[in-house]
Amino acid sequence: MANEKIHVKDREIVIPGDVLAEGMSYIPSGKAIREDKNIISVSLGLTSIKGHVVKVIPLAGRYIPKRGDAVIGKITGSAKFGWMTNIRCPFDADLPIAEASHSYLDTNRYPMSKFFAVGDFIFANVTEVSNRRFVRLSARNRPYRKLHDGIVIEVSPTKIPRIIGKQGSMIKMLKESSGCDILVGQNGLVWIKNDDPEKQMIMVNAIKLIETDSHKTGLTEKVAKLLKGGK
Amino acid sequence: MGMKSDKTLIVKGKRLDGRGAEDMRPIKITAGVIKQADGSCEVQFGETKVIAAVYGPKKVLPRRYEESTRAYLKVYYFMAAFATSERNRPGPSRRSTEISKVIKESLANAVDLDKYPQTEISVYIEVTNANAGTRTAAINAASVALVDAGIEMRDIVTSVAAGKVEGQVILDLMQDEDNFGQADLPVAILPRTNEISLIQMDGDMTPDEVKKAFGMCIKACQKIAKLQREAIVNKYKQEGGNNDE
Amino acid sequence: MNSKEDVSLRKYIASLLKKNLREGGRKPFEYRNIKIETDVLSQANGSARVKFGDAEVFVGVKVGLGSPFPDTPNDGVLMVNGELSPLASEDFETGPPSPRSIEVSRVIDRAIRESGTIDTSKLCIEPGEKVWMVFVDVYPLNEDGNLFDAGLLGAIAALKTARMPAFDKKTGKVDYRTLTKEKVPLSEEPVMCTFWKLDGEIFVDATRRENKVADCRLSIGLNKKGNVCAMQKGGEGTFTDTEVFELVKKAQSLSKDLRKHF
Repeated sequence: MANEKIHVKDREIVIPGDVLAEGMSYIPSGKAIREDKNIISVSLGLTSIKGHVVKVIPLAGRYIPKRGDAVIGKITGSAKFGWMTNIRCPFDADLPIAEASHSYLDTNRYPMSKFFAVGDFIFANVTEVSNRRFVRLSARNRPYRKLHDGIVIEVSPTKIPRIIGKQGSMIKMLKESSGCDILVGQNGLVWIKNDDPEKQMIMVNAIKLIETDSHKTGLTEKVAKLLKGGK
Repeated sequence: MGMKSDKTLIVKGKRLDGRGAEDMRPIKITAGVIKQADGSCEVQFGETKVIAAVYGPKKVLPRRYEESTRAYLKVYYFMAAFATSERNRPGPSRRSTEISKVIKESLANAVDLDKYPQTEISVYIEVTNANAGTRTAAINAASVALVDAGIEMRDIVTSVAAGKVEGQVILDLMQDEDNFGQADLPVAILPRTNEISLIQMDGDMTPDEVKKAFGMCIKACQKIAKLQREAIVNKYKQEGGNNDE
Repeated sequence: MNSKEDVSLRKYIASLLKKNLREGGRKPFEYRNIKIETDVLSQANGSARVKFGDAEVFVGVKVGLGSPFPDTPNDGVLMVNGELSPLASEDFETGPPSPRSIEVSRVIDRAIRESGTIDTSKLCIEPGEKVWMVFVDVYPLNEDGNLFDAGLLGAIAALKTARMPAFDKKTGKVDYRTLTKEKVPLSEEPVMCTFWKLDGEIFVDATRRENKVADCRLSIGLNKKGNVCAMQKGGEGTFTDTEVFELVKKAQSLSKDLRKHF
């Protein structure tokens, strides 16, 4: 084990091509790969080192859908099978009629737009991603559903874990201190609802702050202060 | 190239702006300059200024460019109307179309296109002030913008030109040296492995001079790569202070 | 403007406006933080980089030799061009200029031309044969709304720093790389205030999000005296005559603040 070497510390910013470690005893994870003896980063990211596991957590990038993801989507149109949605990814996502609601939707009797109109938002589960182009959603079972009113904002999908926080601590604080309903989609869309538009705006600001300051110390305190100051 | 100059370009080993043969112009690289874009970067080599923006991976437009097993990398190099000494008509020219193509090919090998099948990654580059070396500055900017956008790559891409002026091989030509010199040789490399992904040349060089020029470029690219890396790290430092929980 | 797909965003922005509020904490008639840098590009005769918050515009002025239009043989030529480059937004595309970019070009052009900003008679070298052509190219770098006000402010800031290239009368040749101390002859400095209307509420300096869901907008160009030199209504919504008169007055007072940035 003479040539085993690690070149980075924990929580260091790395870019593609950075050699993170040399030697066969290191194990790549996340956006790190092995190339011959070396572990290299293939993405802009933050390192996480646990023993001999060298992981790179991405700091930027668009959403690429995965089966099982909870996402927020916007209805963009309808067809015989159901509705087309935009889930902010390179592919269209379909919401079949049978998967759209826990109750029966009589689309023979009523126009499709009675149930979901263009511009409506849904909270849904990605049930299928085949050959990358074909994405299917379901909003049949709770908590998935149509989102009534509220506002949807865009954040970087890589910042979603920070908005949720450790064991959901951040999202819990956001909800409790403001009385807003909040749903977070892994595709980087966040739905906020409160009858008071000012409270909605303060929550938008709080979430934008988490997005831009996600690496800074004392983030939780800063967010708490912002929420308090706005009351 | 090949025009006669009324002034001597190298005097006692010093170039017009005081540089030695192997000196580059002052370099400034800034990441994240366009908020609308997924990734962006501004690069200056002396008076040459370029800005690059990356959008994607996104839906392929037009659809016929879609590739089933990998991403379609779209690269456009534009020259702003006010970037050249005489006004340049906006819109693509034969020159800009060729440069877009060679830039795309110099980047494609480093980008993990297989990771994003049936999508498009767009790279747009605008030269805002041209003083030679715009395509090499463009590659440096595009590469940082791709990193900034979180696109997966096996390495960054780094570029600079060498040339020949009054019989001497020199690095990073400026306008007068490009216009009145004897050769221009832009090169791009993947700095981790020194693989060469862009080679163009026009002029007159001996095989030994070609070898010397490549050597200079590769050495210089290693320095530029450090600045590209710093630009990205600085963006996060400014945004984030430090990285503690 | 008024994108049907953004129902919830429209509702949200309207509800804030009804409470005299806006995203980012601004008041309806408050501009974002404005920053202007001039002489930023060495190849241009004059240049400016203007920021309205996150919205950023580059303007470059180029002066070149050309021949006059047959109907105005004693006048130089002014050309204003807006390039909505795809760098600045995913909504901008490559290819021939879109109707939107042509509108931006023409509205900024009218404000400059009709206010008599440039005395084109002073740009004549040889009547009917040789005149100076002044090109103003406006390039958004980051699209975040209000292209008209930022574009015109940048255009005038760039023109104010623009200097004529060296010209050899004997040979009739221009040395584009040498700028003289002579300035481009300016006799006016128009500025523009654009107002947006959403659900009956009126505000200025819309961001990209606000612009997307507004019903309509009205751009008012004003000269130094405070007279109107250009107007353009955009979007499918409508204004009342009373609103227009009030907005002209409002524009007069707002334009004074905008001028402080020159």
